Amino acid sequence: MESVRHLIDWLASPIRFLPLVCVIFFLALRGYRTITRPRVALAILLGAIIFYVLSLLDHNFRHIVAKPDNVPITIMLFLSGFCTYLALRQAAINDERMERGLAPLEKEGSETIFVWPDLVYIEFLAAVLVGILLTIWSIELKAPLEQPASPFRAPNPSKAPWYFLGLQEMLVYFDPWLAGVVFPTLIITGLMSIPYMDMNPRGTGYYSFKQRRMAITLYLFGFLFLWVTLITLGTFFRGPNWNFFGPYEYWDVHKVQPLVNINLSEIIYIKILGTGLPSNWFLREIWGLLFIAFYVFGLPPLLAKTALKNFAAKMGFIRYNVFMLHFLMMMLLPIKMICRWLFNLKYFVAVTEFFFNI
Amino acid sequence: MWQKIKTHISESQVWKSVIRHGYPDTRRNRTLVVLSNFFLHLHPTKVPSHSLKLSYTWCMGGLTFFLFLVETLTGVLLMFYYRPVGEYAYNDILALREHVPLGIMREIHRWGAHAMVITVWLHMLRVFLTGSYKPPREFNWGIGVVLLTLTLLLSFTGYLLPWDQLAIWAITVGSNMARATPFVGHEGPGAKLLNPGMLGLEDVPLIHATDDARFVLLGGPFVGEATLLRFYVLHCVFIPLAAATLMAVHFWRVRKDGGISTPTDDFSQKAL
Ligand code: HEM
Repeated sequence: MESVRHLIDWLASPIRFLPLVCVIFFLALRGYRTITRPRVALAILLGAIIFYVLSLLDHNFRHIVAKPDNVPITIMLFLSGFCTYLALRQAAINDERMERGLAPLEKEGSETIFVWPDLVYIEFLAAVLVGILLTIWSIELKAPLEQPASPFRAPNPSKAPWYFLGLQEMLVYFDPWLAGVVFPTLIITGLMSIPYMDMNPRGTGYYSFKQRRMAITLYLFGFLFLWVTLITLGTFFRGPNWNFFGPYEYWDVHKVQPLVNINLSEIIYIKILGTGLPSNWFLREIWGLLFIAFYVFGLPPLLAKTALKNFAAKMGFIRYNVFMLHFLMMMLLPIKMICRWLFNLKYFVAVTEFFFNI
Repeated sequence: MWQKIKTHISESQVWKSVIRHGYPDTRRNRTLVVLSNFFLHLHPTKVPSHSLKLSYTWCMGGLTFFLFLVETLTGVLLMFYYRPVGEYAYNDILALREHVPLGIMREIHRWGAHAMVITVWLHMLRVFLTGSYKPPREFNWGIGVVLLTLTLLLSFTGYLLPWDQLAIWAITVGSNMARATPFVGHEGPGAKLLNPGMLGLEDVPLIHATDDARFVLLGGPFVGEATLLRFYVLHCVFIPLAAATLMAVHFWRVRKDGGISTPTDDFSQKAL
């Protein structure tokens, strides 16, 4: 038992946990028809429940997971999993039907029926059911109330409300101006522009994966991996000083993690060239600036001429560039993570003089 | 006798003015009840049967709306007992917990808020996965994104109100980022450029800790009593009104865009 716990603690470290989740995510999408078979899905669900219940026996695990404000996250995790299953299951059935030349199931059920009583009845039942569940939840679990607010005693760790913990986890990799301001803004503008960027005319009104592979993969990657997984990491695996703690590990305030991260400029001038850092900041950061400029401004036109030629032509100039801006910004996070893990990279660009760090 | 009373009541002027169409068990009455009742009128009179399946919408949009109503109701009840002043706020919450036997209003309000955040996300997931943002529903998706933001802001502003350690520090962490807003946060990139000194004039930094974006958000340089009042007003008045208005538009658009999405593609052999 002890060794299993150590293994899971070891696996839960971001450097292993995130790539692992990522690989599982893509494998699951590839095999969506297999993993959504009721038996397979049931086995996965049972596995998750058994893991969860057994883990609750562990004191440290229970301590974090059973915090009143963390209970909703458990509910969210199971519901997100279930809803994704439900959608992909129906997609699998519809995709298979369409391969056989049949219309999707939703098309079959398109005769109209009366709102009263059929719809009103469902709405009523759903409201009553959720009302009851919410009442039970409220009787069973007291809302938290800690010591009175004191601006002088900061708890360690201080955490934002759970739905923003993905953003707080991003602070590990980016400065607040990116993680807290620019990226949230881009999430909102990106979501809003989805209907205008997705040119695929097919797929309205029924579940399908095969007909919308790219759109669905991107969206689920953003939602399940970059949002939900980071919230999980931020809530359950981040303890005092935002250090990493495995799910069964005690949150020790004195745990020290060596700060070994270095900037791109240091890697280039000290490690590779061995000349020492130039004193002029522009000269010092020129490589990082070039890299970022290429990534943001150079890559889209380059790809439009090469690998994404057809795609860019179909999208048109504006649509293509809006898409690429959001896509590249989204991918900046995993890219930075990988650079951090491989090279201990702190910043690509570090103009600390102007708070301009990337 | 019973029959007589029944006819008497159901023929009375009061009854007929309220229950206008009798029990809706005929086609005609079913149509009329939905058309002439203000609340039911959110719906069309008939819908495609597949859209009723739980497996299609997961009921998530409707549940989000239901939770919003629950929050409004419990929120009003909480407002009777809660004063957004540093001196009282914490004690009012404490009193709710200690003096109200079986009191669960605060619990319902808090867990309902968490639940609403979850249902909005899942509603959005289902709208995406059924391609329901595609024409003609692009605009309604956009309204949805604003509603998502408002839901998160509602939850965020409410988080401060218990005025305990959990509240004040979560909001401190959450709003610290505003310090780093480009140009208008005092620790943001470019803030130093907003200085007449850059034009060779007198050197006066225009953006500093007591006038930047975070200051505007919090009503002070850190989370204090001014923040409590500010968040209270936003939480109880401004954001709910904005959200309710947008929900009305959202539902109106669902109707005007032809109801819940239905398969419109061509599924003939050739098209597939
Ligand atoms: C406070 C938040 C919200 C409420 C109360 C709400 C409510 C609803 C309701 C009741 C429906 C009818 C169908 C259903 O239940 O699925 C609906 C449909 C829709 N919602 Fe929302 N919604 C909210 C947020 C959002 C968000 C965040 C998005 C997307 C970004 C969105 C986009 C849509 C779209 C495009 C439809 C039409 C779906 C279709 O035609 O199938 N809504 N909404």
